[in-house]
Amino acid sequence: MNSLISATDVNVSKSGKTILKDVSIQINKNDFITIIGPNGAGKSMLLKCIMGFYQPNSGIIKRKPNLKLGYMPQNLDIIKTIPIKVQKFITLKKKFDKISLQKVILETQIENILDKQLTILSSGEMQRVLLARSLLNNPDVLILDEPAQNLDISGQMHFYKLLQKIYSKRELSILMVSHDLHLVMVSTKQVICLSNHICCCGQPQQIANDPEFLTMFGKDMAEVMAVYQHANKENSKNNNNSLGENHY
Amino acid sequence: MPTKKILKTITIHLEKIITDPFIIRGIIAGIAVALVSGLVGCFVVWRRLSYYGESIAHSSLLGAGIGILLGIGINFGVVFVCLIFGILFLWLQQSKSLSSDTLLGVIAHFALAIGIIVISFNKIKIDLHAFLFGDILTVSSADILGMYIGVVIAIILILSNWSSLVLVTLDEDLAKSEGINPLYVNVLLTTIMTIVVALSLQIIGLLLITAMLIIPAATARRLVNSPEAMVIVSTVIGIFSVIFGIYLSVEMDLPSGPSIVVVGSILFFFSHMFGIFLKKE
Repeated sequence: MNSLISATDVNVSKSGKTILKDVSIQINKNDFITIIGPNGAGKSMLLKCIMGFYQPNSGIIKRKPNLKLGYMPQNLDIIKTIPIKVQKFITLKKKFDKISLQKVILETQIENILDKQLTILSSGEMQRVLLARSLLNNPDVLILDEPAQNLDISGQMHFYKLLQKIYSKRELSILMVSHDLHLVMVSTKQVICLSNHICCCGQPQQIANDPEFLTMFGKDMAEVMAVYQHANKENSKNNNNSLGENHY
Repeated sequence: MPTKKILKTITIHLEKIITDPFIIRGIIAGIAVALVSGLVGCFVVWRRLSYYGESIAHSSLLGAGIGILLGIGINFGVVFVCLIFGILFLWLQQSKSLSSDTLLGVIAHFALAIGIIVISFNKIKIDLHAFLFGDILTVSSADILGMYIGVVIAIILILSNWSSLVLVTLDEDLAKSEGINPLYVNVLLTTIMTIVVALSLQIIGLLLITAMLIIPAATARRLVNSPEAMVIVSTVIGIFSVIFGIYLSVEMDLPSGPSIVVVGSILFFFSHMFGIFLKKE
């Protein structure tokens, strides 16, 4: 099968520091890939290279012609100083038709906040608005950079549930950087463990037993992942509380 | 009949203003300043660029000096030099080794110092006071024509790139994902700020140009709920400040720039209080 995006042997170094080393990644139709890794592992840089924001020092990045990308940042640079309504923000500089706008509004449950100012949104509302904007052009690939970073634990669960629903209903592939692996276990099909180079990748179950993963995240994390695969929903809720915020 | 008396005084004053060509020219030129500074000022406030604007303004004196020395005119000299410094500042802001406000502070004041030295050459006869604080008496009809050409260019540049400018302001990566090059937008904004500085020099004076950029926009901020409304309201506030400020400056023989800024600042405090009042309700 032809992949939607393929990056081969991508190398990035900035002021003498290696950020990405020989990273190769393929995004195929209906993929759900989660990138994990410690801070400074080059996760965001990899996304930037894939989206074409940053020119890598070497390596080839191929995107299928006319591929539509949707990008959801973690947060906006500037919110407080500029007065702008949600609806206006979502459609700003976007090509869209009314039907897809309506669809996105319903999907992301933002119909009640369309007239609100961006400045007064809660973090959960803000994440849904950012998601709505990224979905507006019916993207083939949705790219999310730590989308639930600013949310509390129930907000995170709610967001990932929403994402899972959108993924199952739409024809799209998802590439996501996330620390909340325990929460996306159910949806994600492939995990890439990045620490400037790709340490290991595969299905969540395989990853949890990978020695490289164990050295990087410790046994606790692997156990948590194992729990999440087998646990039913009631159990997983309890475990969330004990785990707390991401802390690797 | 107090109302009649007041009306009579107003009529007399209006007559005085309308019949004085200096004041009329000053007001027409001032409105030109307000038309662009309201628009650009919003971006300065949104993106927290006030120190950047200040730095560009500081290099304008050097521009004026070079313009006179080379015989290309003050306005061209200012636009030319400010543009070079503006792009230099843009480049410096990317630097991570020293904080950008330190770098801006060094270069901007270097430019100001060199500017004052250049201007103090015997060959150049220039009224430094007018440059620092603005003097509407120096505005000629030719100046006004040049100013409105600058205004039209700046407004067209901004309006034709409006949504790109707003999106880059909100988030650079988001803008990139829509195919916008933030560098292009930043150079565009720098160019327009340079035009504003060149326009404002005669009326407002270089020390207070940033005030003209920030105060009307900051005044409008509390009263609006869309970027477009903020631009319109801040322009209206700017125009009012200019007209009333120039009137005060003529009536009480004050320098024009500070008078305009004082009027604008009073409006700002009113809007601030009004905003607090609105919030309580």
